[in-house]
Amino acid sequence: MKSAVVLLPGLNRDRDMIAALTKISGKAPVTVWQTDTEIPDVDLIAIPGGFSFGDYLRCGAIAARMPVMRAVAEKAAKGVQVVGVCNGFQILVEAGLLSGALMRNASLKFVCREVKLEIANANTAFTRNYAAGQVIRCPVAHHDGNYFADPETLARVEGEGRVVFRYAEGTNPNGSVNDIAGIINDKGNVLGLMPHPENLIEAAHGGNDGRALFESVLGLAKAA
Amino acid sequence: MPVIKARVTVTLKNGVLDPQGKAIEHALDGLGFGGVGSVRQGKVFDVEIEGADKAKAEADLNAMCEKLLANTVIENYSVTLI
Repeated sequence: MKSAVVLLPGLNRDRDMIAALTKISGKAPVTVWQTDTEIPDVDLIAIPGGFSFGDYLRCGAIAARMPVMRAVAEKAAKGVQVVGVCNGFQILVEAGLLSGALMRNASLKFVCREVKLEIANANTAFTRNYAAGQVIRCPVAHHDGNYFADPETLARVEGEGRVVFRYAEGTNPNGSVNDIAGIINDKGNVLGLMPHPENLIEAAHGGNDGRALFESVLGLAKAA
Repeated sequence: MPVIKARVTVTLKNGVLDPQGKAIEHALDGLGFGGVGSVRQGKVFDVEIEGADKAKAEADLNAMCEKLLANTVIENYSVTLI
């Protein structure tokens, strides 16, 4: 399985994403820059976290209008798997590839801690190596992760089972509606989530609860 | 070259929680400004557009809001030529 990582000025989790994909798939991902208009033939495109364009205007707003995101949208339309983590999630929402919006945390504080995540939908390409209802550990680090959608959109996203991850056991760090931590598009090939699964993939991280997300989407068997 | 000046105001839609506005509201109360019922925070963009065609400028500004300046999932916008 081949993967690509999108690079934009101000991202800072790109190395973590590249390291995770390299370790898990056994192949280094190709990298694409914000001005690239074409993305090589890959099975998975990852948009990492950080503070693209300094979070100016709105988190992810400027990045979502860069040429590379038109290429991501074209690939997504063709069924290529896309995952956006943290700022990557904000960029996907701003680009209109996922519904809703990510607003300032209700506490107004930047949160950097570990949360519990419930697998709300294990029937996706990204979560098939998890069990439905399973609760995993995952770190978060963000200032604007407060998921919001108007009532009709929210009802549709919930009704179609497109909420993939929920903050569990009272660990909602940002005030997200319905404890939403990650959602998928209607075709099931574009996932966005605020927590950082790429930062919990091996013993040196203190756990590997995030690893199965990448193994799922890369078509690999679950590690023992 | 003539220049058209405009002010774009972007505000949160009704029903969208504004924790920053709430924090400002509480701070005003702390400063002794009693009777502040509510504060909602927004953004203002002062834009200068070259040309003299006001109708085109206004159409362009609305398109700018739809495409970038506002996130219409959570925000309303208004355009005023000044």
